[in-house]
Amino acid sequence: MSCSETLASYAFRSLGYGERRLPTTEITLCDQVTLIGSGMIWNIYFGILAILLGFFTSQALALAKTSSNPLIRKPAEWFIFVFRGSPLFIQFFFAYFLFLTIKQSVPMLSNLTNAWLGAAIVLWFNTTAYSAEIFYGALMAIPKGDLEAADAYGFTGFKRFRRIVWPTMMRLAWPAYTNEAIFIFHSTTLVFLSGFPALQQKGDALYYASYFADKTFNPFIPYPILAGYFVVATLCIITVYGLIGKRLNRHLPQPRQKRPRMLAQIFR
Amino acid sequence: MAFYTSFGTVLLLLAVTAPLALAFGFAAAAGSRSHFFPLKWLSNIYMAIVRGVPDIVFFLFFVIALDQAFEWTRHQVLCPDWDQPIRQGNDFIVCPAAKLPLNSAPEIYHQIYGFGLAVLTFAIVFGAFAGNVLAGAFKAVPHGQIETAEAYGMTKRQTFWRIMVPQMWTYAIPGLSNLWMVLIKATPLLFLLGVEDVVYWARELGNTKTARFTDYPHGDWRVYYFFGLLVFYLLFTKVSEIVLARITRKLSRGQATAAGEAMRKAGATA
Repeated sequence: MSCSETLASYAFRSLGYGERRLPTTEITLCDQVTLIGSGMIWNIYFGILAILLGFFTSQALALAKTSSNPLIRKPAEWFIFVFRGSPLFIQFFFAYFLFLTIKQSVPMLSNLTNAWLGAAIVLWFNTTAYSAEIFYGALMAIPKGDLEAADAYGFTGFKRFRRIVWPTMMRLAWPAYTNEAIFIFHSTTLVFLSGFPALQQKGDALYYASYFADKTFNPFIPYPILAGYFVVATLCIITVYGLIGKRLNRHLPQPRQKRPRMLAQIFR
Repeated sequence: MAFYTSFGTVLLLLAVTAPLALAFGFAAAAGSRSHFFPLKWLSNIYMAIVRGVPDIVFFLFFVIALDQAFEWTRHQVLCPDWDQPIRQGNDFIVCPAAKLPLNSAPEIYHQIYGFGLAVLTFAIVFGAFAGNVLAGAFKAVPHGQIETAEAYGMTKRQTFWRIMVPQMWTYAIPGLSNLWMVLIKATPLLFLLGVEDVVYWARELGNTKTARFTDYPHGDWRVYYFFGLLVFYLLFTKVSEIVLARITRKLSRGQATAAGEAMRKAGATA
C-alpha cells in the first residue's frame, strides 16, 4: 500500500471513517505517522473544548472564591481544592465509575460514558479548577491604585469589573494561564489510558502510539513521532497565547529593543 | 499488605526524585546561562523538548529506552566478541552477562532496578521544568547585586556561587512549590513504569474476585481503593501546602523583596 493510499484510508480512522482494520503486519513509517496524526484530532478536540469552556467557568469560580458570602465561597474553595489536590488520572477513574452508575439509572445520559462527552467534562472541570486558582491569584494582585482610581471616577458594579478589574486580571494571569493551557493539552493524552474505553479502536494519539509500540516492540519510532506532533501543537499554543498576551499588554510602556547579545560582547 | 507498603514506595520515590530533579534543573539552568555555546544550546534544547511533550509519553518511552541503552553499553563493554546482531527483527538481544539486572539476580534487584529507572525518568522530566523555573529565578536576581559583586572584584564564578545562587531561591520557590504539586499528581502514573505502586495494587486488589480464584470473593471494589487514594493525595497536598508556606517564609528572610521587607519592618517595630 502506498503512502497516499494509507493517508486516504487512515487519516480519519480515529473518528471511525476509512479502513476499519488497523495495520498489524508490515507496519510502515507512513502508517505510524498517519494514524498517530489521526489520533491527534481527539487531543486537539479535547484540548480546545476544555480550554474554551474552562475559560468562562474558571472566571466565575474565581469570582465566587472572592465572594464574602460563605455559601458561595466555600463550595468554590472545595471544588478548587478537590480538583487541584487529586491526580487527574484518579479523577478520570472516578468520573467513569460515576457516569456508569448514572447511565444505569438514567438511560438518557448514556453518552456520558463515551469519551467525547465524559472525558471532555472531566478535563473541563479540571482546567476550571486550575485556571480559577490562577485568576483568583491575579484578582488578588490587582494594584490597589487601579481600584481606587476606578472608585474616584465613579465606576460601580459590573461596569467597574468590565472596564477596570477584568482587563488587569487577564493581563496579570496571562503567563500562568498559558502554562495551564499547555498542561491541559498534554493531559488530554490521559483520556484513553484508563477509564474511558476506546470504542472500535477509535483512540487518541497516545493510544495509537502505544498500539504501534506493542505491535512492533520498538518504542523508538512511534513515541518520537507523537512527541513531534505535540511539540508542534505546543508551539502553536505558545504563539497564539503570546499574541493575545501582547494585545492585553499593548497599553503598557514596551521594553526597548535589546541589542543583540553577540554584538554586546564584541563592542563593549 | 503490599497495598500499604506501596504508599511507602510513592513517598520514597518523591523523596529521591525531588532532589535529583532539582539537581538536573540546576545543571540545566546553569548551563543555559553558560557562555560556552554548545552547553547553552544543549540545556535550552533539553528544556524546550521535555516541556513541549506530555510527560506520559516520556514515562512510556524512557523506561524502555533507558533500559536498552544501559544494556547496549554493557554489552559493548562486557562481550566484545559477541558476533550476533543485537537487533534481530523486533527483538533486542544482548549477551546474558550484559543483562540488567542479571537473570540469576534475586527478585528484589529487579524491583530496585525498575524503581531506579522510574526515578531517573521522573528526574529527567521534572528536571526540565525545574530548570525553567530556576533559569527565570536567576534572571530575577536584581542586577544591582551582580554589579556590586563585580565592583568588589569577584570573578564570574564567585559571583555565581556566592551572590546569584543564595539569592535566586526566594524567586524560585513559588515555581518550585507549584512543580512539587505537579510531581505529586504525576506519581499515580508510576504503574505505567512497571513499579508496583498504589494504583497498581488498587487496581489489582479492587478488581472483581470470584470464588474460583480466591478465598474472598467480592465484586468490583476498585472504587473504595481509589477513594482511599483520593483521600491520601488530598491530605498529602494539604500537608505540602503548609510545609511550603513555612519554607517560603524562611527564605524571604533578609531578602530585598516585598515579603522580606515586610518581615524586616515587623521585626523592627516588635
